[in-house]
This record gives sequence, C-alpha cells and structure tokens, in this order.
Amino acid sequence: MTITQKTGASSAHPAGEATPPVASPGFPVDENSPQRRKVRSSQWVAWAFLAPVVIYLALFYVVPLYKNIDLSIRDYTVRSFVQGNAPFTGLDNYVKVFNDPTFWPAIFHTGFFVLVSILFQFTIGMALAVFFYNKFRLSGTLRALFLVPWLLPLIVSASTWSWMLNSDSGIVNSVLQAFGIGSINWLTSPGWALISVTIANIWIGIPFNLVILYSGLQNISADLYEAASLDGANAWQKFWRITFPLLRPVSAITILLGLVYTLKVFDIIWIMTKGGPANSSTTLSTWSYQLGFGSTLPRFGPAAAVGNILIIVALIFGLLYILMQRREARR
Amino acid sequence: MISSLKRARLVGAAVLAVTAVAGLAACSSGGTATGTSSSAAGGTYTFWDPYPQFDATSDWSKLVTKCGTDAGVTMERTGYDTSDLTSKALLAGQQGNSPDVLLIDNPVVSTLATAGILSTTKDLGLDTSNFAANILAAGQSNGDTFGVPIGANTLALYYNKSILSAAGVDIASVTNWDSLNAALAKVKATGKQGITFAGIGTEEGSFQFLPWFWGSGAKLTDLSSTQAVAAATLWTNWVKEGYAPNSVINNTQTTSWQEFLAGNTAFSENGTWQLAGADKSGLSYGVIPIPAQTGGSAAAPTGGEFVTAPVQKDSSRYATTEKIISCLTSDANLLTTDTTLSYVAPIATVQKQQVAANPELAPWVAAVAAAKGRTSDNLGTKYPLISQQMWGGFQNAMSGSQSPTDAMKAAQTAAASATQ
Repeated sequence: MTITQKTGASSAHPAGEATPPVASPGFPVDENSPQRRKVRSSQWVAWAFLAPVVIYLALFYVVPLYKNIDLSIRDYTVRSFVQGNAPFTGLDNYVKVFNDPTFWPAIFHTGFFVLVSILFQFTIGMALAVFFYNKFRLSGTLRALFLVPWLLPLIVSASTWSWMLNSDSGIVNSVLQAFGIGSINWLTSPGWALISVTIANIWIGIPFNLVILYSGLQNISADLYEAASLDGANAWQKFWRITFPLLRPVSAITILLGLVYTLKVFDIIWIMTKGGPANSSTTLSTWSYQLGFGSTLPRFGPAAAVGNILIIVALIFGLLYILMQRREARR
Repeated sequence: MISSLKRARLVGAAVLAVTAVAGLAACSSGGTATGTSSSAAGGTYTFWDPYPQFDATSDWSKLVTKCGTDAGVTMERTGYDTSDLTSKALLAGQQGNSPDVLLIDNPVVSTLATAGILSTTKDLGLDTSNFAANILAAGQSNGDTFGVPIGANTLALYYNKSILSAAGVDIASVTNWDSLNAALAKVKATGKQGITFAGIGTEEGSFQFLPWFWGSGAKLTDLSSTQAVAAATLWTNWVKEGYAPNSVINNTQTTSWQEFLAGNTAFSENGTWQLAGADKSGLSYGVIPIPAQTGGSAAAPTGGEFVTAPVQKDSSRYATTEKIISCLTSDANLLTTDTTLSYVAPIATVQKQQVAANPELAPWVAAVAAAKGRTSDNLGTKYPLISQQMWGGFQNAMSGSQSPTDAMKAAQTAAASATQ
C-alpha cells in the first residue's frame, strides 16, 4: 500500500505541479504513531472478538476438566468434599481403580460394545446409503423413516427396547417362542445383557452413519460410475473400486465420531440393565456413574479417575485420526 | 467430502451448543437456589424435599407454608428428584448455601451427617422422645440424632386372593419360608406366576432383599454367613424353579408392582406406598408381613424420609427451624402428611389414629414396628458399601453366574475390603 503510494507520487512528480502537495502530506502519516496505534488497537479488537470463545472454552471445558483431574488425585470423602480439605494422594485413586475386580471386565465390555457397535452401524449405514443413492419412488420417505431412531429421545428408545426384550412379556421372546426357538433372557442373563444393549445401540447409531455416508456419496461424480459402466464393471466392482476408496475420508470421520460417541454411551445401558446383572454389561461410563452417584455414599475420587481414563482413551482415538489424516494428506 | 466435513462440524457444533445451553440451564437453576438462600436472612426459610409430585396447590405444600407462617417466616419450598437430592445437598453444603430444612431419604442421613452438613437435634433443641426408637435409629450415629422421621414405610407381601383360592392355598398357612415355598409350588401348578419382587442391581434391590436376609438371621456385617447364603438361595431357587419370572433380576419395585396388578401373580413384595394403587385396581388382595425363615415376621428395612436441619453459619436461625420442624411433625400434621404419602406415622399415638381411620393399615403398622433402619446398628456410611456388594451377590446368584455360596462369599470379601 505505502510502496504503491510512494511510486505513484514519485512518478507523478515530474508530470505536474499539482500532485506533490497532495501526496506529500501522505508521507509522514505512514511513519507516524497513529498508524501503529491503529495496529495495536486492531489487535485488541481481535482479542475482544476472541474473548467470548476463550471465556467459553475456559469456563465450560478447562475448568471442569481441571476439576475432574483434581477430584481424581485427591482422597475425597463426603466430608472432605464438603469442607474442601481433601489430602493429595497422587495416583492412589487410579491404582484403586486398576486393582478393582470390575476394571478389566469393564474395559472388555467397553471394547466389545464400541467395536461391535461401530462395525455393524458402519456396515449397515454404508449399505443403506448406497441403497438410497439410487433414487426410486418413496426413497425420500423411506430415508426419513430411517432417521426415526435419531429423533427419539434416548430414554424413549431405551425404555422401548427394554420392554421389547423383557424375558417374560417382551415381544421379541413371544416371536421367538412362536417360531419354536424358545425364549432368551436378553437383559437378565450375564451372557446376553451386553449383546442386548449393543443391539439397541447399533439401531440407534445407524441413522448417523447413513446420513453422513449418504452426503459423502453425493460428492462422488456420476461420470466415474458412467465410465465404469462403459468399461463393463458390475455393481460389486463399482462399489469396491469407486465408492469405497472415494468415501475413505468420509468413512474415517464417521468411524472416529462414532467411536467417541459410543465410548461415552451411558443412558442406553443404564436404562436397560443398570450395568447388570452382576456387572455383566458395565462399561467404563456406567461404572464411573455407579461410583459417583449410584449409591447413597458417593465416591468422587475413583469416579473421576474412571472418567479421566475414558477421556484419555477418546483422546488416543482422536490423535490416531489426526495421524491418519496427515498421512493421507502427504500422499 | 468438504461438505460432509462441514456437516460433521455442524453436527458437532450443534451438540456443543446443546450441551452449553444445558449447562447454562443447570447453572441458572443453581443460581436461583443460591439467590433464595441468600435472601433467606430476610425472614425467608428454604425447604427442600424429594416430593416433586406435589406442587404449590397440594396439601403438603400448603402445610409447609403454614408451618412457616406460624413461625413468623416465609417458606421457599423446592421439590427435587430423590436420586438428585443427595448430590444437591452435598454441593449446597460445599458452597455453604444449604437449605434451612431438608427432607431426605433415611439411608442418606448418615452420609450427610458424616459430611458434617447436618446439625444434631440436640443443637436444634428438638424433642425426639415421642418417636419410635426403631425408626429414629436410621438417623442416629455415635449417640447423635440427625433429624426426625416424617413417616415410615416398609415392605410386606401383597397376595392375590383369587389366585390363592384357585390354587387351594390358605394364606394363614404361610408362616415361614417352607410354607411359602409350598404355596408357590401350588400356584405354579395352576399355571400362574408365584411371586414378583425387585431384584435390580441398585439400592432398591438391596432394600427388597433385606427382609429375607434379616429374616434368615443374617447380619450385614457378614454377607457370607450360612444364613445370608440361605436368603440368596431362596431368591435364586424362586427364579430357577420358575416361581418368580426371570425379569425380577432387572425389576424395579414399580415394574414388579405392574406385574402384580396384571393379575397373574400370586404374591408381590412391595411397600405401603402401593396401597392407594391397589385399591384403585379393583384387585382382591390381602397383605401379610414377610415371614422369617423359621416363622414369625421378618424385620423389613424402614423406608421414608427424615426431616433434617442442615448446618447454617448463622446459628440464630435454628430456633425458628426447630419451630418449623416441630410443626411439621406435630401429631395432627403427621396424621395428614402420612395419610397423603401413605406412610405409617413414626409416633405410636398417631399410628393408633391411622389404624382407627383405616383398619387396613394394621398389618403395616405391625410391619413398621418390626422394621429396622438400614444404617442402624451403628453401620452408618458403611451400609452403602455393604449394600453394593450385597446386590452384586444376589444378582450373581440369581443370574446363575455363580452359586449362591460363592456369590455371597465374594460379596463379603469385597465388602470387608471396602469397609476396613
């Protein structure tokens, strides 16, 4: 800006008398302090614009996170919670949690719940997205119907599932009995409880996968399919050679978001089984709630420790995703 | 790709926005609570209870207001969800803005007392001599009393008269576990369901298990005793033999009650609070105390709330608080309140009045007289730790993942290490 002004002024100089007086007052302005002050004040303005976000982040993310870490490294009893003089105990709560007989089963259940949920949600979501990609009559209506699980409040869907899966009067068992298969104690046998809550969670997660993958499909050029058809590719080849590779970035983010959502799923399990029977469907999230609020004597320390472990696991998946994305970008 | 990323981000942003709004809402409701208690100094007394079902027009709410007016102050009543109230009370204690009067579920009293949030009745100058000792015991630890009961409820066995007569069972013959099992076998032979109860893995399940546990002679200090195993075996066998539906493992008291109301179940272990619903249902039912293993009534756990006075910085407030509590627990007011809540009064003279007005209450008054607080025997805050292992124990046994003996042994090991 200043340079063009200078060159403009110098080139104008020989041409006529009128220009220098106009341009010369412009020179000193450039090196003057008001301009710098303007820069400084514009920085302030920038910070002012940032402030709401910074304050929001600090108030709703940093403080609770700090509090949670603080809870997990102190020996909080109900008494010291109220009086605020809990002694620092380092990683004691974590050691307690690791040595708890519930720990490894909870890790295993969380892993099973998350991996199986994602596997089925993604596969079914993908299949439906491809299915709806070919528009046909009523496809819009049908697609909207598939969104129903997403629109229902979780308490409604979870309660409905728990009624349907009731051992004695549930519709699922009465259908099974009608076909002579015999009833299954879906929610009350240790072998089935985890599978039952996983099935319910898969049902709830399908629309999310469907919507994101479907929108991803819209961005694949139809020319590619046309070209493939001309080359004689069948539907299967088209899916594996075009759709799947081109959807990879979208798939990655769908799976990552799914992982984070599923890791922290609490309501479905709590409403359907309360983590039982006998801890057979306890995941890290229900265990954390159980410790903190599940009995009349809250144990905030271990509850916060379990919560933090959950956050760390989610963080690892997040970092994994970023790593994957970078590698993708380098290619 | 980009648009879907954006969409994902939008979804993320929407989720964040919703969380933030929820957080703000939570904050603002907390804010009003703070506001009311800080304005309490100006003649307003705050009052928290776990009865959100009663609004300002209810008799209960009117009684609270009246007791405040009589003591010369304005009452500010808030009803919270029961499960919410414990953490609310703890947080309020931490922030130093506890309500003046707090109605809380009796097993929580010992937790709050340990936290140092509750003042003793001695500090308040509240007279507790009228109250039945076994009900009051739930609010006592180390010789101090932290509040008085507003009413008590407990568990008994409801039975369906028509099912029993069809099965040829005389209810008078059900006096101990063996005769109960025999009755259940007869009911099962007619194709009906024997018994429902709530065996869920929460405090509710422990509450339902205790009459059988205590009825066998077991003590909470030893979950693996032969008596304790006998109680777990009783429940396990009911499920195994098909006397009880398998869903009892996940049943709350409400669901098990719905099963009973459906009219296909002979017995239901349930509480006083279901009486009103039982009358409405048109079911012909009766009530007997829960039998102990070798006969007689088993001690059932007491339910119901305590009126407590949280510690205040300004101790001059206690005099008025005492007046309010005395008013709420005066004989005449207890009669009205306990009739509304379908509780049994914690005072003998009021119990007599209740039975006179409604003879159906007689077995309940007897059951309450035999009942025992869960945190009694100076267990205090050890009770929640033991209870948690106990429900794990009977859940393991009923779901068949362990034998009753092994399940209760494991529960005792865990309880011992948790309470040491």
